[in-house]
Amino acid sequence: MSMLTVTSAPHIRSKDSVSRIMLDVVLALLPAGIFSVYLYGTRALLTIILGVASAVLTEALIQKLTKKPVTIYDLSAVVTGLLLAYNLPPSAPWWLPVIGSAIAIALVKHVFGGLGNNFMNPALAARAILLAAWPVQMTSWIIPNTESISSATADAVSSATPLAILKGAEGVLPSLKDAIIGNIGGTIGEVSAVALLLGAAYLLYRKVITWHIPAAYITTTFVLVTLLGGRGLETGIYHIFAGGLILGAFYMATDYSSSPITVKGKLIMGIGCGILTAVIRLYGGYPEGVSYSILLMNVAAPLIDKYTMPRVFGEVKQHA
Amino acid sequence: MAKGLFTFSGGVHPPHRKHYTEDIKVEPCRVPDIVVIPMQQHIGAPCEPLVKPGDSVKVGQKIGEPKGFVSAPVHSSVSGVVKSIEMYNSPGGGKVLSVIIQNDGSDTRVEPDIPLNIDLLSPAQLKKIVLEAGIVGMGGAAFPTHVKLSPPADKKIDTVILNGAECEPYLTSDYRLMVESPEQIISGLKIIMKILGVSSGIIGIEDNKPKALQSVKAAAAGEQNIKVVSLRTKYPQGAEKQLIYALTKRMVPSGGLPMDIGVVVNNVGTAAAIHKAVDLGEPLYQRIVTVSGSAVKEPKNLLVRIGTTFRDVIDFCGGLVEEPAKVISGGPMMGIAQHTLDVPVVKGTSGILVLTKKEAELPEPSACIRCGRCVEVCPINLMPLQLSNAALKGILEEAEALHAMDCIECGSCSFICPAKRPLVHSIKMVKKEITARRKRSASS
Repeated sequence: MSMLTVTSAPHIRSKDSVSRIMLDVVLALLPAGIFSVYLYGTRALLTIILGVASAVLTEALIQKLTKKPVTIYDLSAVVTGLLLAYNLPPSAPWWLPVIGSAIAIALVKHVFGGLGNNFMNPALAARAILLAAWPVQMTSWIIPNTESISSATADAVSSATPLAILKGAEGVLPSLKDAIIGNIGGTIGEVSAVALLLGAAYLLYRKVITWHIPAAYITTTFVLVTLLGGRGLETGIYHIFAGGLILGAFYMATDYSSSPITVKGKLIMGIGCGILTAVIRLYGGYPEGVSYSILLMNVAAPLIDKYTMPRVFGEVKQHA
Repeated sequence: MAKGLFTFSGGVHPPHRKHYTEDIKVEPCRVPDIVVIPMQQHIGAPCEPLVKPGDSVKVGQKIGEPKGFVSAPVHSSVSGVVKSIEMYNSPGGGKVLSVIIQNDGSDTRVEPDIPLNIDLLSPAQLKKIVLEAGIVGMGGAAFPTHVKLSPPADKKIDTVILNGAECEPYLTSDYRLMVESPEQIISGLKIIMKILGVSSGIIGIEDNKPKALQSVKAAAAGEQNIKVVSLRTKYPQGAEKQLIYALTKRMVPSGGLPMDIGVVVNNVGTAAAIHKAVDLGEPLYQRIVTVSGSAVKEPKNLLVRIGTTFRDVIDFCGGLVEEPAKVISGGPMMGIAQHTLDVPVVKGTSGILVLTKKEAELPEPSACIRCGRCVEVCPINLMPLQLSNAALKGILEEAEALHAMDCIECGSCSFICPAKRPLVHSIKMVKKEITARRKRSASS
């Protein structure tokens, strides 16, 4: 008889794998991407492709250079590239996703030890850097011109986003229906709430994410903006659907390595993101506050985990 | 059948894989020409051999004398002549002093010493019988049963629980016992209750075993003090603390024992062994073993004499259909992988699994992605990923602060981990180091 393998128990493992989880995230993000390409044409498609390609190539290059096993097949770089591209305006020049993804992978992910060790969401941190470096390119929005979809996006008009309009910028507030379906200005990924929610439902069904962070996040933002936004319920609803809240709450704040692991911690993370987003949107200098809220809460995640450790089974309070 | 409402938090749902053997009746395994009987088959002190090479022995004759209270005597499972006494492979790993006996084939038994009127026996007399019969926990841990039945005077026991969960995949030995001989279990439970002076007995069975529930319920009909309860099927439902919690909502305190909350838990197989010891005068020299896995020709449930080697048991099951990649003593979640088939069945051997390469997948671990699934499934509410990190870095203080010693080693974390990290393995290692350090500081 050949050699028997001797390993420690358990001897059977679940079918789950890292690449399957990442594939689920990619699948969940697809509807929003397809919708964006339909809306903005090949320009959006090019941005997405460049974002993903740059992320994957950067990861492969770094791992080759540092003589580590190349792990691009775990698809985590694909997810980062997709999310980075989804955070860019459709009018972004070609080099923006290339540089953005490279920053996300090299600076935010691998400098800190690679997969699972980044303390911030790589795509969001990279977006913040891009925004500081190229503010004009990062905030030029175009309104989709659905009537001239065949002639691509050349006709699309520059405009403020609905959230900026709500905050006092010039422009006509789109109808709520357009905001929900996605017929509005915004980044590539955030425009269609319907498409994003479809993907989110899939992620919840596949148990890739739990409801805690997104539910706490969206509810907190909605309640605060409704109470403090000045126009009541209408403001609240616009704030949910018109900006990056849904993309952020379901796909970015839930990033495993930069969010808390405990249930209590996840709720705190969601509530914290919600408060920060409402405050930035209503009182801050920017019309949008999702990215910075998540990044700030990312930094707090280890601390949150530390103080929300679940009580161990049968643990009794220590009497000194 | 209604879903079992009784359960615990956390846990996983591994594939059951019980179909190989669940409908196969228990049959006696061929008694081999040579048996290897280890002098330590239990948790605690080893036994000292009572025989020398050349001595003849009978079936049921005591051949190992326990050295210490936490120990259990060992009996011969065949009649014949002691060939040698030597160090031999043990399914628990390593080598153990073992008595090797050449079977004469006559199966001559020691005349059983059956008391005339069992009802007149005192709890102390009954406990003596349990001790002398060498009974240990048959669920796999093999903790000497008479110790469990001797709680200190200040621990008031009010409930006896029998564990019929059998939550490990593949294993069906308890299941077959419950289906085929429920009266043995009930009889054993009543003896345990008498020994402990307890008037409440609960038998917990997972709800994926409706036939067992039905059969044990029927056997317990008319017993006012015995309840048969359906448990929700989930691993590790059979873990002592989780079982007690599911059935009584009492929590064994961290670092404590079931007796701290008035409960004693025994496996259904142990109850049956107690019945046999008291009512039939039969010491523990054979047990039911599930032989399963895709690499074995005819998976079976067998009544195996202690000391029969895995090789002989597998031969009796028609041998191998494929080169096995892994042979496991016990279930796939907590069982121990063997490096050879020349290893004897002992009192705690609930199953022999012979897995093919496909079944015994050996995934390569990758980086932790902090998905938190291990935290979700840990039945003790530990943070396995952080514990494992502390363990791998060798920081014992941190591992202790993260409650490493509370880990019940069920393996749910490793099972669920999408990055296939050796979570429970690293925690087991750090537990050993912590125990060793505690011993060192206690002795210095």
